[in-house]
Amino acid sequence: MYKKDFSNRKYFVIGLFVLIVILFVVRLYYLQVVNNKYKLSARNIALRTVTEYPARGRIYDRNNNLLVYNDAVYDLMVIPRQVKKIDTLKFCQLLGITPAIFKKQMKKAKHYSYYKPSIFLKQLSKKDKGPIGELMYEFPGFYFQTRLLRHYPKPIAAHLLGSVGEVNNRDLKKDSYYKQGDYIGKSGIEKFYEKELRGKKGSSIVEVDVHNRVIDKFQGGRFDTLAIPGEDIKLSLDSRLQSFGQKLMRNKIGSIVAIEPATGEILAMITSPSYNPNLLVGRKRSANYVKLLHDSLKPLMNRAVIGTYPPGSTFKLVNALIALQNKVITPNTSFTCQGPDSKPIACSHYHISPLKLEDAIALSCNSYFWKTYKKILNNPHFKNSHEAYADWYKKVSSFGFGHRFKTDIPFERAGNIPSENYFNHLYRGSWNALTIRSLSIGQGEILVTPVQLANLSAILANRGYYITPHFLIHASRSDSLSVKVNKKYNVDVENPNYYKTVIDAMEKVFDNKEGTARFYFMKDITQAGKTGTVQNPHGKDHSIFIAFAPVDHPRIAIAVVVENAGFGSTWAAPIASLMIEKYLTGHIKRKALEKRIEDGDLIHNK
Amino acid sequence: MVTRKSIIGKPDMLLIILYLFLVGFGWFSIFSASAQDSGVSLFDFSQRYGKQLVWIALSLFLAFSVLLIDSKFFSTYAYLFYGLMIIVLIGVLLFGSTVAGSRSWFQFGGFAIQPAEFAKFATALALAKYLDSRNTDLRKFNSKFWVAVIIFLPSALILLQNDTGSALVYFAFFLVLFREGLSGWFIFLGFLFGLLFILTIVFGELYITAILIAIVTLMLLFRKKIRKNWKPVIAGLIITIGFIFTVHFAFHKVLEPHQRVRIQVLLGLKKDPLGAGYNVNQSKIAIGSGGFTGKGYFKGMLTRNHFVPEQSTDFIFSTIGEERGFIGSTVLILAFLALLIRIIILAERQRSAFARIYGYGVASILFFHFAINIAMTVGFAPVVGIPLPFFSYGGSSLWAFTILLFIFVKQDASRLSVL
Repeated sequence: MYKKDFSNRKYFVIGLFVLIVILFVVRLYYLQVVNNKYKLSARNIALRTVTEYPARGRIYDRNNNLLVYNDAVYDLMVIPRQVKKIDTLKFCQLLGITPAIFKKQMKKAKHYSYYKPSIFLKQLSKKDKGPIGELMYEFPGFYFQTRLLRHYPKPIAAHLLGSVGEVNNRDLKKDSYYKQGDYIGKSGIEKFYEKELRGKKGSSIVEVDVHNRVIDKFQGGRFDTLAIPGEDIKLSLDSRLQSFGQKLMRNKIGSIVAIEPATGEILAMITSPSYNPNLLVGRKRSANYVKLLHDSLKPLMNRAVIGTYPPGSTFKLVNALIALQNKVITPNTSFTCQGPDSKPIACSHYHISPLKLEDAIALSCNSYFWKTYKKILNNPHFKNSHEAYADWYKKVSSFGFGHRFKTDIPFERAGNIPSENYFNHLYRGSWNALTIRSLSIGQGEILVTPVQLANLSAILANRGYYITPHFLIHASRSDSLSVKVNKKYNVDVENPNYYKTVIDAMEKVFDNKEGTARFYFMKDITQAGKTGTVQNPHGKDHSIFIAFAPVDHPRIAIAVVVENAGFGSTWAAPIASLMIEKYLTGHIKRKALEKRIEDGDLIHNK
Repeated sequence: MVTRKSIIGKPDMLLIILYLFLVGFGWFSIFSASAQDSGVSLFDFSQRYGKQLVWIALSLFLAFSVLLIDSKFFSTYAYLFYGLMIIVLIGVLLFGSTVAGSRSWFQFGGFAIQPAEFAKFATALALAKYLDSRNTDLRKFNSKFWVAVIIFLPSALILLQNDTGSALVYFAFFLVLFREGLSGWFIFLGFLFGLLFILTIVFGELYITAILIAIVTLMLLFRKKIRKNWKPVIAGLIITIGFIFTVHFAFHKVLEPHQRVRIQVLLGLKKDPLGAGYNVNQSKIAIGSGGFTGKGYFKGMLTRNHFVPEQSTDFIFSTIGEERGFIGSTVLILAFLALLIRIIILAERQRSAFARIYGYGVASILFFHFAINIAMTVGFAPVVGIPLPFFSYGGSSLWAFTILLFIFVKQDASRLSVL
C-alpha cells in the first residue's frame, strides 16, 4: 500500500466536527434564547382558552312565574378527520336531512378545517336530536354541543322583555368583555339589565393535542376562572294580567299600561299587534325579524311607550287640577256650553247645561274646559298670559308629561308639551288663550304616551304624587338595584281636596246615569275613570280611557288606548274595566262583555 | 487460564460511558414523547418506551458479545460480512415489506428489521479491509474505482428501496478516504458541485450556465495563462454545464415530488407550513419554545401532544429541545462531539491501519447521522429520514449503531495484541 502519513488530516476532521457543533449551538441559542417567536407560537398551537359561558339569569314576574328561561338546544358538531365509515343514509334519515345537505355541510366543514370541530347542523331541538341521540356511537366524528337559548313559556310581553342576539361590531368596540359570537341583550329588559343577567364568563386554559383533543388543564388549572351565572331578575309584571290584556287587545291596534300606584311598578304593558317572543330566538331569528319588520301593522313597535297621542278629554283632569290649584275656579264654578262665548270649542254631544266642575268632568263638557283654560291663562296673578302659560307648562310637566321617566322602560318617548317659546316662534309672539285653545281639551300639539297616561292615573290614585313607572322588583344579587328606577315625584298640585273633587267626578263616569262609562260599573269594586276620544287626521278617533280602582285604596291605575276605535267609552273603557276586574278579583264575571271585547276586530272589518 | 478480562482486552471506558449516557438519555426522551398520561407502566411492551427498553437490553447483550469475539474475526471476515449484506439488501428489494413508502424492511411477525442499518458497519469493515491491503493506492484509478464500488453498491441498493436518507449516509465515507490520502480536491470539488446544485435550483439552469460561460469567456480573453491551457478549461466548462443540466433534470424528473418540495422549502423557495414544511416548522417551534432551561421533563406541550411528527424517531431531538431547553440540548450535542473526537483520537493511536480506517468509518457515519439529524430538526437541512444514533426509537438502528461502535471498541481494546 501507498504509505504516506496523512495523520495531520485528523485535525481537519476534528475541526469539521467542532465547526458543525458550534453552528448547532449558535443556532439553538438563537432559536431557544434569543427569539421569542417560537414560544408564542407554541402557546398558540398547544394551548386553547376554553370559555365557559354562564347561564343567563332567568326572569320572573311579580308572582314568581317564570317569564324567560334558558332552553338547551344542540349544535351537531363534526370533526371531519374522525368521520370514518359511517352509514350516511341512516344518518340522514335519523336527522331528517337529504344526502345533498350532508354533502354540502361536510364540504363546508372540511373547507374550514379537517381537524377542528365545526357546526354541522345548528340548534337542533331536543325533539330533533331524539332519534339520533342514542345512536351517536355509530357516527364517529360527530357529537352534540349544548347551547342555551332564551325560551319564553308564555308568548307574552315580547317588546318589553326584549331579545338576545349575537354581539355586533359596535358592542365589541364598546365593551371588551364581549368576544365575537357572544350573546348580548339586544332590547328591552334583556338589554337594560344585561350586566346583571349575563353573569361572568369563566375561562380555562387547556392543553390540546395535534387533533385538537383536550389533553389536560394547563398547569393544573392555575390560570382558570369559574363562570358566574347571571342574576335572576324579578319583574313587577303580572303575567296573568299581561296575557289577559293581550287577549283583549287581539285584532285591535293600541296599548294598555297598568301600574301599581303606590310603588310605580308596572303590572302590565300590552301593545297590539304583538308577536311571540319565541320567534326571535335561535335559527329563525333573523328571518322572523325581517318578516315582522315589514309587517304593515308594525308589530315590532311598542305602542305603549313610543306611540304618542293627544290625550284628549283625559287631559281635562289635569287642567281641572291646575285651575283649582291656581284658584281660578272652585268646585262650584259653573259654565254653560251654550251661547257665543262657548263657540270656540263646542260640545260634541248634548247634555244639561250649565254644569259645575264635577259634572263637567263626568259628562266631559268641552266648553267648560275651554272657559277654565281661558281663566288659567288670563289669571291676573301673572303679568300676562305668556307668563301664566309658563306656569301652566311647569305644572303639566310635573305630572310626568313631556319627558321620559328614564327607568328600565325600553325605547321610551318623551311625548310633547309645547313650550312658550314654541308658540312665540309659531305665532311671532302674538298669541293668547284663544290661539292655543285646543290644549284645553287635550288636543293640538300636546302628545303623551300610554305609559304617561297610566302614570296620570296613578297620580290621581295617589292624590298628588307618583313613583316613576318601572319593571324591576329586584335582581337576585343586587337588592338595591331597583332604587335606580324607583324615584318619587310630587306633583305641583298638592291639596287633597282638589283631588277629591276630580276623583268624585271620575267615579261618576262609572256610576252616574249619564257617565260615559256607566255600562262598566261594578257593584263590588269602586272605579274612577275618564274617557277620551281623540281626533286624529288619520281616520277614526282614537279611543282612550284612564282609570284606577278601588277608589279609596287604589291597587291598579290603568290607561288604555285603542287606535281608530271611535268613542273612548266603546272600547277603551270596557277594556280598562275588565283589566281592573281581572287584577283585583282574579276572574271575570262579565262574560258577555269579555267575549264582545275579545271578538271585536277593529283591524280586518273596518 | 484465560481470564475474561484478557479476552475482552482493555475497552475504552470513556467511550462506553458516553454510549450508555446517550442510550439512557435517549430512552428517557422516548419515554416522555410516547407515554400517555393515563396508565404508564415501564414494561408495557405495546408502547414504544417499553419496546425500546427491550431493544436496549438486547443492544447491551450485543455489545458484550462483540467484545467477546476475537478482534481478528472482523478483519478476516470483512468481505464476507459485506457480501452477505449485499445479498440481504437485494433480498429485501425482492421480498421485503414496505413501511412509510420504503421497501426496506424484513417482517418477522410483529417485529421488523431494517437491513440498511446493518449494511453501514459491513461497508465500513470492507472499506477498511480494502484500504488496508497492499495493492491499494488511492492515487490510482483502479483503487478509486473499487473504493467507489464498495461504498456505492450498498448505497445504490438502499436508494432502490426508496430510503434516500440511508443511501446518502454513504457519502460520509469520503471523510475516511480523505484521511487516508484522497486528494483534498475531491472534497473541494464536492463542495463546489454542491454549491452549484443549490444555485441551479434557486436561480434556474439557464442563468447559471450563461453566467459560467460569460466568466470563462472573459477569462480566456484577458488571461494569457488560461488562454494557453484552454483545452482543460473548456472541458471543465462542458462537464460543469453537463452537471447543471443533470441537476435540473434530476431535480425535476427523478426526485419524488415530496423530496423536491422539502428541498424547496429548505431553500426558502416555497412556504408550506402545513405540508412539507410542517415537520420542520413544528419541530423548530417545539425546540424554540424550550427556552434556556426547558419546560421540564414530561412537560413538553408540543412534543407530548403529537404536534411534532415522527416524535420518537427522527425528531426525537425536538423533545430534548422543548423539555430540556438550551442547556440540555447543548449537553447532548457536546456529548456527541466528545464521542466523535474520542473515536478519532482512539483511531489515530491504532497500530493497524484496518482498525484506524474502521474507526474513521465509525466516526464518519455517526457524524453524518448526528449532523444531518440535528440540522433537519433546527431547519438547516431538508427532511431526510435518518435517525439520531443511540437516541431515536427503533431496534434496527440501535443494534446496528451498537455493533458499529463496539467492533471499534473491541479493535481498540486489543490494539496492543496487534504486531
